[in-house]
Amino acid sequence: MARTAALPVPRQSYAAAWWRTNATALLFMAPAAILIAVFFLAPVVITFAMSFTDLETSTGLSNWTWIGPGNYQRMFRSGFTFTILGNTLMYVGVTLAFNVLVGLGVALLSVHMHPRSGGIFRALWLLPRLSPSVVYALMWTWAAASPPFGMLNYLVKPFGLEERFWLQTDPWLIIILVNGFVGASFGMLVFTSAITAIPEDLFRAARVDGASAWQIVRRITLPLIKWPILFVLIYQTMSLFASYEYILLTTNGGPGLYGTEVWSLWAFHTALSNYYGNLEFGYGAAMAAVLVLMGLAISIVLLRVFRFGQLVAEPKVEV
Amino acid sequence: MAALDIPSSPGRGIRPLRFTPYVVLALASVPIFVLYAWLVYSSFFPSVHGFTPVGAFTIDNWRFLWDPASFPQMRNRPPIIPLTINTFLFAAATALIVLLVSSMAGYAFSRLRFPGRRPFLASVLLLHSFPSVTLLIALFVVLRSLGLYDRLVGVILVKAAFELPFGIWIMKGFFDTIPWDLEMSALVDGAGRLRTWWRVMLPLVKPGLLALGLLSFVQGWNEFLLPFVFMPSGSQQTLSTLVRGLLGEGRFVDYGLLTAVGLFYVAPVLLIFIVAQKQLMHIYAGGVKG
Repeated sequence: MARTAALPVPRQSYAAAWWRTNATALLFMAPAAILIAVFFLAPVVITFAMSFTDLETSTGLSNWTWIGPGNYQRMFRSGFTFTILGNTLMYVGVTLAFNVLVGLGVALLSVHMHPRSGGIFRALWLLPRLSPSVVYALMWTWAAASPPFGMLNYLVKPFGLEERFWLQTDPWLIIILVNGFVGASFGMLVFTSAITAIPEDLFRAARVDGASAWQIVRRITLPLIKWPILFVLIYQTMSLFASYEYILLTTNGGPGLYGTEVWSLWAFHTALSNYYGNLEFGYGAAMAAVLVLMGLAISIVLLRVFRFGQLVAEPKVEV
Repeated sequence: MAALDIPSSPGRGIRPLRFTPYVVLALASVPIFVLYAWLVYSSFFPSVHGFTPVGAFTIDNWRFLWDPASFPQMRNRPPIIPLTINTFLFAAATALIVLLVSSMAGYAFSRLRFPGRRPFLASVLLLHSFPSVTLLIALFVVLRSLGLYDRLVGVILVKAAFELPFGIWIMKGFFDTIPWDLEMSALVDGAGRLRTWWRVMLPLVKPGLLALGLLSFVQGWNEFLLPFVFMPSGSQQTLSTLVRGLLGEGRFVDYGLLTAVGLFYVAPVLLIFIVAQKQLMHIYAGGVKG
């Protein structure tokens, strides 16, 4: 705009000039801007606004009132808050460790193969992420099924363990495996592209010096991909806190009351799907607001730390 | 593991090891392999205990395609053909919207300077990593007030919007790789921006459009939570809600029928995956870098 302002133009044609300069960009950006405003920005604002209301099935969309921080007070006073918080931290912590370690393992092993075989293994590990969540959950539900169907029971039998209905007896084990085999592929992809980007001379030099494969991994590969590892850690922490789809499809928060309920699923159950029939949108929004706030904070950290300035540089070529 | 051998694949810095990685990774991959093998296997037997079939090979489980009434648990559900059409419409419409909108915005980000470009691009990147699933409760209110609740079109718009930050970012990347000269000659010849974008630029990023289109289609085809939450009244449901309904609480279910329906549902995805694996892997790897 500095360019046009320097010229002595009357006010009206200034607006016209702005319009002429930016009409094209406006045209190209409008559809994206509208969709993002309606389905991202508005919901963020609405989540926070709703969390200060008593909006629920019985009030409908017209009879609600502002109740201040009541939902938050109720949330922190609830006897279940600490159970669910504990569940959430356990779930996020263990699944995160599984995701990152297994993802790193698959990436390292597959790049040490002939490229074709490595690619086949990576494709196999990507399969759970590309399959419909209901079908993937169905496969695990079967694996964990009670006798005589489930695969797991046949696996543990030789070790003298009792047959069981795993979703009832060991729900966390199943949940972590279900999420882990999906989540590991994210780290696998990031780590693979990071490892293959390392200049090959480094590996050659190390081999000439007589380094073993393990020494090369330990002293060269791992130190050089520490940023991608950090990125995956932060990114997956956030998505695990927000995710509940696979828990919903396997245990649905059970067995019993809140056996495997995590924070995001609690919000979902409170506001969108419960057995009592009264959907408490305001209260659920307060639970979700905690996650939205966390998601925004972590996204901003990711944006700042990981080469953001470079990514949004102005276009190199201009008209 | 003799470390001083000549690299067996010249040009690659990492030398393939002999057996260890194959054995370890093959063992670690057994669960994935077993799960998918069972899905296929179980759909052709009356019942399967572990990996032992009970009864003889049969296609009875596939009767849901032509005679759904023979399964009591299918009786109160919408017929399979409309459900499949809904799922396809949902996936195809999502993919089309994502392609159109993100190739427009991606082009603008790559080629045009306009006020607000930087904050806009920053918010696209921010949303790219933001967990959109936390917004479901508020989206319920948004859809209700727009009159789009319990309608396929509402769910399509939400799904497309969720895929948009990724799509815009990917398309911007593809446009960034196209040399300026090609576009310049069209502009000099007097073609407008819109025309240039449509006639010159889009054909040049066809591989990108194909990869993004396939991925968005698969994401739409697979989607469960959005139809489950925002289309509760049956007639417009998709295959994912059918499988979820049949799976129920998971204790007493007919795995033969479920695996047949599940395999029917996942088959197009597997097909796309086998045919276009390279493109999908590429776009995935590129997409998660940001």
